Amino acid sequence: MNSINVKRHLSSSAIWIFIVFELIFFSVVGSFLSITDSAFMDTSNMLLLLKQSAPIGIIAVGMTLIMVNGNIDLSVGAVFAIAGIILLDSMSWAVFSGLGDWVIPVSWALALTAGALLGALNGLIVWKTGVDAFIVTLGSMLGYRGLVFMFNGENPTSNLNWTLVDFAEAQFLGFHTATWFLAMTVLVVWLITRYTVHGRNAYAIGNNREAAVNAGIRVGPHMLINFTIIGFLAALSAVVFYSESGSVNPNDGQLYELWVITAVVLGGTKLAGGSGSIIGTLGGVLAIQLLRKGLGYIGADTSTVNLAIGLILIVVLYIDRQINVKGAQELKV
Amino acid sequence: MTQLMPALRLEGIVKTFPGVKALDQVSFTVMPGEVHALMGENGAGKSTLMKVLGGLYQPDEGSIFVGENAVSMSNPIDAKKKGIVFIHQELSLAEELSVAENVYLGELPQKSFGRVDWEALYKKTDDILARLKVRFKADTRVADLSIANQQMVEIARALTVDAKAVIFDEPTASLTDAEKRVLFDVIEDLKSQGVGIVYISHRMEEIFKMTDRVSVLRDGQYQGTLLTAETTEENITQMMIGRKLDLSRAIVEHDLGEIAIEVKNLSCGSSYKDVSFHVRCGEVLGFYGLVGAGRTEIAETLFGLRQPSSGSILLDGKEIHIRSPAIAIKEGISLVPEDRKSQGLVLGMNCRDNMTLPQVTDMTAGPFVSDGAEIALFDLYRDRLDIRTPGWQQAVGNLSGGNQQKIVIGKWLSMHPRVLIVDEPTRGIDVGSKSEIHKLIRELAATGYAIIVISSEMPEILHVSDRIVAMYSGEIIQTFSSEEVTEDKLIQAISGIKPKNTEISSAPA
Repeated sequence: MNSINVKRHLSSSAIWIFIVFELIFFSVVGSFLSITDSAFMDTSNMLLLLKQSAPIGIIAVGMTLIMVNGNIDLSVGAVFAIAGIILLDSMSWAVFSGLGDWVIPVSWALALTAGALLGALNGLIVWKTGVDAFIVTLGSMLGYRGLVFMFNGENPTSNLNWTLVDFAEAQFLGFHTATWFLAMTVLVVWLITRYTVHGRNAYAIGNNREAAVNAGIRVGPHMLINFTIIGFLAALSAVVFYSESGSVNPNDGQLYELWVITAVVLGGTKLAGGSGSIIGTLGGVLAIQLLRKGLGYIGADTSTVNLAIGLILIVVLYIDRQINVKGAQELKV
Repeated sequence: MTQLMPALRLEGIVKTFPGVKALDQVSFTVMPGEVHALMGENGAGKSTLMKVLGGLYQPDEGSIFVGENAVSMSNPIDAKKKGIVFIHQELSLAEELSVAENVYLGELPQKSFGRVDWEALYKKTDDILARLKVRFKADTRVADLSIANQQMVEIARALTVDAKAVIFDEPTASLTDAEKRVLFDVIEDLKSQGVGIVYISHRMEEIFKMTDRVSVLRDGQYQGTLLTAETTEENITQMMIGRKLDLSRAIVEHDLGEIAIEVKNLSCGSSYKDVSFHVRCGEVLGFYGLVGAGRTEIAETLFGLRQPSSGSILLDGKEIHIRSPAIAIKEGISLVPEDRKSQGLVLGMNCRDNMTLPQVTDMTAGPFVSDGAEIALFDLYRDRLDIRTPGWQQAVGNLSGGNQQKIVIGKWLSMHPRVLIVDEPTRGIDVGSKSEIHKLIRELAATGYAIIVISSEMPEILHVSDRIVAMYSGEIIQTFSSEEVTEDKLIQAISGIKPKNTEISSAPA
């Protein structure tokens, strides 16, 4: 019994051990190899890292909920781009011209609503057709991306509002606006998974759908809620990011779904559903960002970074599998 | 008369598991060209014996002979090479592949560079199919065949080697009458080709129609072999039961209340037809029958997992339509499903969360689940049902089978249902916990629940039920009261033998 608990703790904190390892490694190796003078674990560097984790991180939190529920959402990158376009374009609409800077909350609300609706559409299709979420969101990934290109062709959509940029670049208690949004998202969704009926049922459905149905749980509505949440969060991620950058390229957000899923899986969530935690996902997000930044710091180029992340993903999951298989055997005795 | 060499001979097979002697000195002989029935109740040791023959278990003592050679098997493929072939109740075919590929799966004929020799493959397969006198061709896709024809593919597989003994394990379970006749013809053919056949079935009519001799196992012991032509159903039944069972109930009798649930002429596709019964408050109605007789399907219909094609369900005299489990639960009907682990529990969650799963929606304080209310409920039912667990945080997968089952039962009791359906209440549960669960079921009945128990174990069904419904291939053959029921009556009823006088003892009063 005891060793099972030890293993469970080991497997849930594995990602944090890995993060500590990364920090030490890059600090030590960096002191020999780095081209810059500043230390890797410099405060401003770390604060920047948290800020840069936000776009993927906010979506990954939603993806955890989706994957715990036993689904997957490949359309998040496209929803991200659509929400960005709506945010920036709506600020210049004639109807809002009298609002002054009050256009900002209106545009935010529009973008977030659009994201939630696109997510809900995914959820509704998964629920009502019974088609696998992988297929449904593969379709909507292509379809939503099509909408992005229909809007402005290959051209970027730009709108710089300096009030908005100031807000996005602000630091409160040292942390950037984006970091605060990430923190709030983590907190709220963590509360949902941990303490609400919806969170409880989402785990139950992902863990054993048949038993959940036999307990009278209606599977469809829970899926719809989760897809709405992830749509909303993909839009939130876009809103936070584009408030600062002010320009959406129609290719933006591509491959986000894969980075997000990588982070979630690194954080210990099972692809099969029913197991995973928001805090683990946060660890996965930070680990990837650290790796990117760290490898850059010691002079590796982007292609090396991708190769390293790919390898690490497989190694981590292999270790996880070893731990879990051994645990399962012990239970049988 | 010439002295024939037996096709398959077992001598003094012993297999012991910790605490149980699963097979005790089992010997029997199958001659070439003989159909030899192997019978016994569930748990008598038939499947252990089959696993020994298939090499999945090694016998502790005794020897197996195929022809004149003593053999030992390491796995079913090895057994097949040595001439012992199994036709299982459940098909294991790659449905998207052709018949020929399935027949020679794993041993496809090859040309140079590992290319498949399709010509030889189809030719060899068609030869075998001709032997079986079936109408489909070697290149047919298996998914396009009927279940009966898919079974023929399994049999064709057996014929790719020079089989000395073919073992049929409940081969007719999923076949229609017409399909059965085709199967029986094939068995006759194999027989005339000098193959020894072991035929395992619970169905008496098949035993008398098909087999030459019958061997009976009981509690792992060989009871003897009879010539089928010279015996009767009563004889075989007697040999299968043998012992006198303890039929006394653990609880004092109590008065029954009103009819809680009544089912009238309910049918559901091919699963069951024209089923009528009722259960009173305080009564335990047992459903007994072979796997596939339609018992579980009836339970699933009452719980909203299946929709009936005709007939009605009345709860407290009012007709209800149960379209989903959620509605069943709201109406007060609960189901403890057959397979605890895959249908009843969320194994990754802890004991408390499993117990409160159906009603956690109502246990909130503000937006959050109220921990206190949940723990209070868990503690109440842990004490009431005597669930042994270190604490509510324990993952439910770590509990013993008996305690897991109590969690599932507690989950429903805490919702105060009117009707509790328990499908296989003690499957995979040790003997001590079994009697506890039985006692619990009787106690719950005494407090006024209407209970339906489905079981494949005769002692269990006799032990807990006030009345017993015997089912055979989707029909209720007879309903027994606890006074009139005997083991042989029950065995005959579930083998499809209708009572001589058609008086049914259960017309609702």
